[in-house]
Amino acid sequence: MHHPVDAVMLSQRAASFTRRSLKADAKRTALRLAVSMVDLTTLEGADSPECARALCRRAIHPCPEPVTPAVPPVAAVCVYPRLVPVVREGLLGSAVKVASVSTAFPSGQSPLELRVQETAAAVAAGADEIDMVISRGAFLAGRLDDIRTEVMEVQDACQGAHLKIILETGELGTPDNIRRCADLVIDAATERGELRDGSVFVKTSTGKVSPAATMPSVLLLLESVRAHFRSTGLRLGVKPAGGIRKSKAALHLLVMVRETVGPDWLQPSLFRIGASSLLDDLVRQILWTSRGQYAAMHDVGVT
Amino acid sequence: MTDQDTAVADVNGLDWDYSPAPERTRPEIASTYGLFIDGVFQPAQDERTFVTTNPATGARLARVAQAGAADVDLAMQAAKNAARPWARLSGRQRGKYLFRLARRIQECARELAVLETMDGGKPIKESRDVDLPLVAAHFFYHAGWADKLEWAFQGRPVKPHGVCGQIIPWNFPLLMAAWKLAPALACGNTVVLKPAETTPLTALHLAQLLQEIDLPPGVVNIVTGDGETGAAVAAHPALSKLAFTGSTEVGKALMRQTASRDIPLTLELGGKSPHIIFADAAMEQAIEGVVNGIWFNQGHVCCAGSRLLVEESILEPFVAALRDRMAQLRVGDPLDKNTDIGAINSREQLERIRTLVRLGQEEGAILHDVQTGPLPGKGWWFPPCFFTGVQPSHVVAREEIFGPVLSVMSFRTPEEAIRRANSTPYGLAAGIWTDKGSKIFDMAQRLEAGVVWCNTYNQFDPASPFGGVKESGFGREGGLHGLRAYVRGVDR
Repeated sequence: MHHPVDAVMLSQRAASFTRRSLKADAKRTALRLAVSMVDLTTLEGADSPECARALCRRAIHPCPEPVTPAVPPVAAVCVYPRLVPVVREGLLGSAVKVASVSTAFPSGQSPLELRVQETAAAVAAGADEIDMVISRGAFLAGRLDDIRTEVMEVQDACQGAHLKIILETGELGTPDNIRRCADLVIDAATERGELRDGSVFVKTSTGKVSPAATMPSVLLLLESVRAHFRSTGLRLGVKPAGGIRKSKAALHLLVMVRETVGPDWLQPSLFRIGASSLLDDLVRQILWTSRGQYAAMHDVGVT
Repeated sequence: MTDQDTAVADVNGLDWDYSPAPERTRPEIASTYGLFIDGVFQPAQDERTFVTTNPATGARLARVAQAGAADVDLAMQAAKNAARPWARLSGRQRGKYLFRLARRIQECARELAVLETMDGGKPIKESRDVDLPLVAAHFFYHAGWADKLEWAFQGRPVKPHGVCGQIIPWNFPLLMAAWKLAPALACGNTVVLKPAETTPLTALHLAQLLQEIDLPPGVVNIVTGDGETGAAVAAHPALSKLAFTGSTEVGKALMRQTASRDIPLTLELGGKSPHIIFADAAMEQAIEGVVNGIWFNQGHVCCAGSRLLVEESILEPFVAALRDRMAQLRVGDPLDKNTDIGAINSREQLERIRTLVRLGQEEGAILHDVQTGPLPGKGWWFPPCFFTGVQPSHVVAREEIFGPVLSVMSFRTPEEAIRRANSTPYGLAAGIWTDKGSKIFDMAQRLEAGVVWCNTYNQFDPASPFGGVKESGFGREGGLHGLRAYVRGVDR
């Protein structure tokens, strides 16, 4: 079923979440909650095993000094497939998940067989979660069956690893397209049933295209997931990624989750934030609430 | 570091809720306020006063002078004396005063917003983000018109009426004062303004700003009081123009009162505005439109979309989604920045809402009310709610409730939607939700309403005229149309 979107009112509603005022306990809890939802990400050509190991250490121990209440570890570390074995080892014994981008990230411009092979290889190397991209070109050209096929084949290659489907909302052009695309990939990923809550995520962006995770685009994904929940009872996850650098932006997202899909989604198994530098700011804000002053960047951003 | 490994359990999003976020700004509220006549504050001649309270707590805020006929006479004389020099001032000079006032309002915006919330009960979120920005915008907009009136009414001499009586309601106290004052002053009129009895404070603080910007004495006079005061304004022989916003009942009385005199009248009265949702609408946004349409300002909005007409094929999911959304609304302390729905303006209004809701239930409509938490113990409160199973003949489908109460009905064809929408004595506003442009134009032409919003609701702008048809009144406020009401010899 087609769900039209009105862009003006969508933006207005998305902006309304940014006007909530989070103080005291609400803020303290939200900052930690946000930390627990971070997919700590590095997706650079120059990524080295050493910097991946540093990232793992930070993922498990985000805060450089003990604070009360304690700061939880992040949800996952997200890297290119080649670094999966290093991250697997670096996270050993922790609850932090290993996530790997796949399917010729970020453009998805390679033959489907290769994208499927890449996914299988990442899973075999130890990835718990796969972040796939879709062929935006195929979607924009109206070849919707191509999208269905690639989502289902990559899902098969996941062998039970959780799947996050990146729409690259910044390339889809209109809110209508974003909603239609979210509905489409959700439909494809859930077609064969037998899914558990949170085993499939829809994700806004690769982080390589601007605009990325804008408030309206995340709202569209949440609404699509909500519609699926209302008709099937299955809770799918949502992951905004790209351009979320400050705590305030993360808190706005949590407010939007709470008031759109409800507090059930306020856990890392159903909501993630893909980011590289956000964690630094979250930790600075947390240290501010305990120290009463801001920590220097070199105190927190040790990677 | 080991304690951090077990920290996951401590973060629980399920229980996460917003902590109280009270607005800290406190405006200075005097213990007593006089009438603002001829540029100075003065007590009523018979020294009568009344008390204005905070509807969220019931606490007394201040004593305010109750203007009698003698005081109204003084105010009218002051306005009459000021009329000629004010009208002779160049448009550019009048515009300067309005610009100065607009800027001063922006400087004091937070204090005025808090005061508006304390005296009227509306959430600070709304007074801060809607009322005050619009108040300033109205003065800025009309400041721009003041020296361009010859272009607004080309080929005709632009002459003000003289003394304007303006009687305003309690739902948007300062905003309604701005809607009335700005065009009147821009066109060279002087004013006697009568604020509502329950919400006089922001108008009186506005008077302080008028002193600060050195507005010539007598150009604006503010007489506080009840219906008697308003009646004295309308009856005064020096009056040359009357503008009223409020109930249809009082509007009719004013029309009778001025019928025998040559006094141009503008009335902005009640409404029971239809909000029409087609099956092809952007549903998630339509829900937001409905929420904004009926639960904005506790439903104390003359153009509130209080009759919801939903296409039958989507009625069930729409009502379910609306219920979910309604449960998200936060009712409580209006000074909390996260409050969505504040206090009901007065005990009388609360009683009226209760009576009508009871009647609705007795007539067989089904009440849906999601209790999100206990209502505060003191003050006047009514939770947001809606009725389904409403027949067009039910009281809740016909009478203006002026509270957070929505009546939901259904329709099958555009014809039926139009018929039901127009089946009311009122004609203030209407809303249409459809993704199909041709349907919007067709419906908008056939709806009997002064304002038709398409795929949105409750959008206001000083450049956009606002006003009703049928028993919702006549005359427009805002835009070029709004200026006409304050210029002599120009048809409204």
